Amino acid sequence: MRMTKALALMALATLAGTPAWAQKSAAVQSIEEYRAMLQDGNPSELFEAKGEALWKQKRGPKNASLEQCDLGKGPGVFKGVFVELPRYFADTGRVQDMESRLLTCMETLQGFKAAEIAATPFGKGEQNNVTALATWLAAESRDMKLKLPQSHPQEKVFYEVGKRLFFQRGGPHDFSCASCHGQDNTRIRLQDLPNLTKNSGDGVGFAAWPAYRVSNGQMWGMQQRLNDCYRQQRFPYPGFGSDATIALATYLGVNSQGSASVAPAIKR
Amino acid sequence: MADPMRIRAQAAGDKATVRVLMAHEMESGQRKDAAGKIIPAWHIQEVTATHNGKPVLSAEWGPAVSKNPFLQFVVKGAKAGDKIGVTWKDNKGETRSDEATVS
Repeated sequence: MRMTKALALMALATLAGTPAWAQKSAAVQSIEEYRAMLQDGNPSELFEAKGEALWKQKRGPKNASLEQCDLGKGPGVFKGVFVELPRYFADTGRVQDMESRLLTCMETLQGFKAAEIAATPFGKGEQNNVTALATWLAAESRDMKLKLPQSHPQEKVFYEVGKRLFFQRGGPHDFSCASCHGQDNTRIRLQDLPNLTKNSGDGVGFAAWPAYRVSNGQMWGMQQRLNDCYRQQRFPYPGFGSDATIALATYLGVNSQGSASVAPAIKR
Repeated sequence: MADPMRIRAQAAGDKATVRVLMAHEMESGQRKDAAGKIIPAWHIQEVTATHNGKPVLSAEWGPAVSKNPFLQFVVKGAKAGDKIGVTWKDNKGETRSDEATVS
């Protein structure tokens, strides 16, 4: 009996001696140094410049600019709109995120076909322009705190639907978003996984996109980020700007309410 | 035409630090497309920088430099208000020049 107690105590001592989760390993530290080095000279600035030019440029069948686009704070207001999206828009009668709202403006103001752009694969044609515009608009709200409206009943519905989608398990791996992003201090290989069921802090999770991916040299908006999450879960791809993706974004955004948006960020 | 560069130049003491971001595909010529065909090389070959019109840097770049490259260098004797010019030329003969003022 005494022997077992001693053994148990020894086992406890060993446990306490191993590096705790809270302690950062050398590998994680060097990854953070690498990220800090990348921070200076983030190529997303190139996409910001492109997006700003696209906003003012007369384009499309109607040969108009996007300068009268209403992103939630009235036509033409672009400062601070990003941190208040997704939100409900009375003119379209639906909750929209930045990218789906840009599609609406490109259709109504410039005469582009929104459905056609939504069906275009990421990184091709007009999709690149939507991403650049979203990048510039995110930069115009950099360091502002997320403040998604939740006063309209539809906005509350989207939050609740997003929450259910987040925990919905399915696909060949029986995965949900929560499988990876439902607890603290987890990672895949060297990537820290933020816990997205609660406020994950300034510039983490929802507050970091759009972001430039160094490994493939691509600029990704939130739509592509969510699309890729579904790819990793081996789900069918959700439609671009679909209610499902906007509901998920609403859930993530409201959870991070009050955290500062650092987008456009830089990722591995 | 190629997309513009982003150039920032900041003076500190008797020198200025210049940071340049260039928008370029930088295709190495070693990758294959979905059909298995080699994607032709397309990358910056020459980079030059000037300080008030006087050359201060010239570099030969190859396919190992990343997409959308970032370049940082220090110019001795540059002070606020001076002009820093950067030019690149790629293997297709395309070129782009941009200028920034030291702050």
